[in-house]
Amino acid sequence: MNAPASPAAADALPRHFLGLEDVSAATINRILEEATRFRHLVEQPDKKTDTLKGRTVINLFFESSTRTRTSFELAGKRLSADVININASASATQKGETWMDTVRTLEAMTPDALVIRHAESGAPHLAAGALTSHCSVINAGDGAHEHPTQALLDILTIQLHKGPIQGLRVAIVGDTAHSRVARSQIHALHTMGADEVRLIGPKTLIPAAAEEALGVRVFHDADAGLEGVDVIIMLRMQMERIRGAAVPSQREYFRLYGLDRRRVGRAADDVLVMHPGPMNRGVEIASEVADGPYSVILPQVTNGLAIRMAVLKLLAGGESA
Amino acid sequence: MRTLIRGGRVIDPASGRDEVADVAIANGRIQAIGDAPGDFGADRVIDADGLVVCPGLVDMHVHLREPGQEWKEDIESGSRAAAAGGVTSVACMANTRPVNDRRSVTEQIKSTAQRVGLSRVHPIGAITRDLAGETLTEMHELAGAGCVAFSDDGRPVPDAGIMRRALEYAATFDYLLILHEEEGALSAGGAMNEGAHATRMGLPGIPNASEDVMIARDVILAELTGGRIHIAHVATSGGVELIRQAQARGLPVTGEAAPHHLFLTDTDVGAFDSHAKMAPPLRSPEDRAAVRAAVADGTLTAIATDHAPHEADAKSEAFACCANGVTGLETLLGLTLRLVDEEVLDLPSALARVTNGPAEVLGLEAGRLGVGEVADVCLFDPETEWTVEPERMYSRSVNTPFAGWRLRGRVTHTLVGGRLAYPFGDAE
Repeated sequence: MNAPASPAAADALPRHFLGLEDVSAATINRILEEATRFRHLVEQPDKKTDTLKGRTVINLFFESSTRTRTSFELAGKRLSADVININASASATQKGETWMDTVRTLEAMTPDALVIRHAESGAPHLAAGALTSHCSVINAGDGAHEHPTQALLDILTIQLHKGPIQGLRVAIVGDTAHSRVARSQIHALHTMGADEVRLIGPKTLIPAAAEEALGVRVFHDADAGLEGVDVIIMLRMQMERIRGAAVPSQREYFRLYGLDRRRVGRAADDVLVMHPGPMNRGVEIASEVADGPYSVILPQVTNGLAIRMAVLKLLAGGESA
Repeated sequence: MRTLIRGGRVIDPASGRDEVADVAIANGRIQAIGDAPGDFGADRVIDADGLVVCPGLVDMHVHLREPGQEWKEDIESGSRAAAAGGVTSVACMANTRPVNDRRSVTEQIKSTAQRVGLSRVHPIGAITRDLAGETLTEMHELAGAGCVAFSDDGRPVPDAGIMRRALEYAATFDYLLILHEEEGALSAGGAMNEGAHATRMGLPGIPNASEDVMIARDVILAELTGGRIHIAHVATSGGVELIRQAQARGLPVTGEAAPHHLFLTDTDVGAFDSHAKMAPPLRSPEDRAAVRAAVADGTLTAIATDHAPHEADAKSEAFACCANGVTGLETLLGLTLRLVDEEVLDLPSALARVTNGPAEVLGLEAGRLGVGEVADVCLFDPETEWTVEPERMYSRSVNTPFAGWRLRGRVTHTLVGGRLAYPFGDAE
């Protein structure tokens, strides 16, 4: 095995940021440290740095998204990168071009990072495999697979409020079967030393072989699953899943799995309540909890900006391998 | 042309023959095995010392893509791939464009194949018009034009009532229905085997139940109607068990295994490798073991490739969107022989699964090496190792998950009706 060329190279991130399944704690810590510095910056009146001056970031969204796209766009702009947003639903793909041709065409315009959101699992991986330049691919959510920056902003939020992840018990409540966020969260929580990750929901919303595949404990009884946990991550209940017979009604879902004040009481006294948004109040979470003292839902959004600035800096700034 | 194959190890699973012998061929048929008649003046002598001489392989599940998708494969390129793989008979599925649901398509396939002349091509007609699952095809007319069985492969007949009528009608004439078993609502949106790996990859899963439910339905309908059914590319342990039980009850139910289900599992999808995307999907190690056991004990009498060529672009979409299927004609023999190396089957039994096994299911005059039989012969060197190299294949598409595999057993000659189909370039 070759020794790294320099200490910087040993510390370098992978060229592409596609998911957290195989990302080391050292890499995650590097991103978190960088994000922590940016977190202070975003609270200053002058929020811009010259870090990515002259670099180009293209946000290529093949699936609609407001908050993730805005967060990446703002992150790039605050680093002084030239940021282009492409909503692929209104682009060449509608003229019959394949999405891979779109990716290759954009690559030919020599960007430094392509931030890709796609409805299909693995699409950013395919793009990364096809690129021939130094351009980095950043996964902004692929199918039901991974959404790594969302998970890292959750890790950052937990750390800022509770300190190290080590030893914490975390419950993820809701539709983990179709959630890219949940998979990335689970990988990151395990890598960072969480004591236990629990998935809570009816069998229709828990992925097949979850315990074997993801190393989690599965609870179908929300009260039992929330017992003593340090962090509760609520997932958005997608209304189409209700129509798709995954649960019979919003009313029954909220009764069985909705997070209200009583249920929060099962958790640790200093529990954190999180939600990646957008929330369905009264479906998965009661307003009294969403706006209550344990909620860190809005700080999550702020931290998301810092995480995306960190990832863009480390990849588009030329510090990746 | 009179051909003498001299001194090879002649294995004919159908008769149990396994001996070093000469094979004399005249007028497209086998004239003698053992010592050639004294007056046999060979025009061509093939030295088979160290080679196995067996019946030409029969692949009963192939997509030749012509008419309609010749950029993926056509009858000529598919026939070349077959000949290079030692395959002398292929049964080609009906999902061409237009669908092989009318006499003109059947005749076109037959005439093109005869012009190419490298392999015997046996069309399989559709069960329902345009594979829509609604109206039965004119099976009798199609059979008259040369269809050897009927299948909506790739598109299971969803309506149990239509399936009942199809079986009843086919049973009237003792026609065989070949069934791709998949319950649409259970497979809906699925991209790979439902299980731990799909969960890790965030890919929608297809449960074993999707296949098992339909096999169970069709076994029951076969019993109701007296129809003969053959279950294509069996991939689940539950499916194997259902077929085994049906056979134990004396029902006319047969089945086949595809090489990829005998060697790969769902973890071979790896990080979204589209060459490992197929229908039915690669299943668990337990399922693979069950399919292997069924091939070994004869529950499944055929190994068939489900040769499904696709151009590179069709495999370059995101995993869930890209086309299903793998090519197989050129790796069939090597992978079948690997089952011998892995002690799943002895050599004659392994060869039976790719010769007389499928031939008997389809009722073909093929897959046998006896005096008076047609001279469809495969010669291979059982010891030569080779590497699966897509760029050296004859199929127009090379979507194989076995690229880079080292296989033992290299085809040296393929004869169809006594004519040399491989190596190419025979001046006949």
